[in-house]
Amino acid sequence: MSSVGPLFQYLLRLGDNCLIMGQRLSEWCGHGPALEEDLALTNVALDLIGQARMWLSYAGEVEGAGRNEDQLAFLRDAGDFRNVLLVEQPNGNFAETVARQFFFDTWHYFLLRDLLRSANSRIAEVAEKSIKEVTYHVRRSADWVVRLGDGTRESHAKMQVAVDTLWSYTGELFASDSVDEALQEQGVSFALTGLREPWFAHVRSVLDEATLTFPAEAWMQRGGKQGVHTEHLGYMLAQMQFLQRAYPGAQW
Amino acid sequence: MLRNKQRVKLRRWLEWWRTCNLPSMFALTGRQILGATLLTSTEWPLWEIFIRSQHGLAHKHVGSLHAPDAEMAMRNARDVYTRRNEGTSIWAVKSSDITASSPGEKDSLFEPANSKIYRHPTFYEVPEEIKHI
Repeated sequence: MSSVGPLFQYLLRLGDNCLIMGQRLSEWCGHGPALEEDLALTNVALDLIGQARMWLSYAGEVEGAGRNEDQLAFLRDAGDFRNVLLVEQPNGNFAETVARQFFFDTWHYFLLRDLLRSANSRIAEVAEKSIKEVTYHVRRSADWVVRLGDGTRESHAKMQVAVDTLWSYTGELFASDSVDEALQEQGVSFALTGLREPWFAHVRSVLDEATLTFPAEAWMQRGGKQGVHTEHLGYMLAQMQFLQRAYPGAQW
Repeated sequence: MLRNKQRVKLRRWLEWWRTCNLPSMFALTGRQILGATLLTSTEWPLWEIFIRSQHGLAHKHVGSLHAPDAEMAMRNARDVYTRRNEGTSIWAVKSSDITASSPGEKDSLFEPANSKIYRHPTFYEVPEEIKHI
């Protein structure tokens, strides 16, 4: 796997972030706090899974080993997934889902905004299709953070705990490795550290509006992009991949 | 209390439901359904949603939903009613702000118009090119 070029690795990261985030959100289906919110959550999930399909099918073409988007999604083991740790964290309560989504959406938006001017025209194309949906996601999740943070005493407390708990997974979003650097040299992607400033500014202003405390600097988890995941991913894949593993090649 | 016949029916249904072996994400318990219903019906007001499907057409009532305020009603409307390219514009109106005619007044309100044929524009031919009339 690691012998394949950095572009393939990079596309897996983009695709896996969307796929795992989408799968996590789809777990809310039928459990949303209100019917309307249930639909909204699953809409976002569907948006992300649609984006994952575009990234992963391109990844399959780049790899050139005959794997399509489905095989990449359903027949890889946890160690071969390249998503950041943030997106695989369990849904927890609604505040935790909102905090995770808010951190991810904000980062996702700034990332796609950079990728619009990628030297790789296919990546720029997918980014352009995705950013319309993600613009809505960012608005939605920021709005929830404000509503819950500046809501009742209980919702405020839960939202603060959620922000603090997930904070240690945000450092990985801006950490580059050799794959990132190789693509940055070709102008395919851009310095992740460049996303830090707009991300911090937006997160800070939303947390301020939500009367929440901005977390102090802390030790940051990392490893997802290199395939070292938290234990949550394995359980999640077991459920997601069960059908294709038990009945290989089964069609809808 | 459920009558015996109903109870047997319910048990059969539950047994069938269990044999379906659905993944946990689909296995709603009664309490969850009740919880969701209570939350939406007692805490969030109802909104009527109108969508204009194309420019030049009028907004059309598409249904209702619950939301705590206008902004969220708009957002929910987008998620519930416009996800398949249905609209170019959304109106959200609090259901309580709508004054509706009462079904009991049907005759006095609408019957007179029907009995006078000269009130109906049925004596004109409408050219085929003119749409949306």
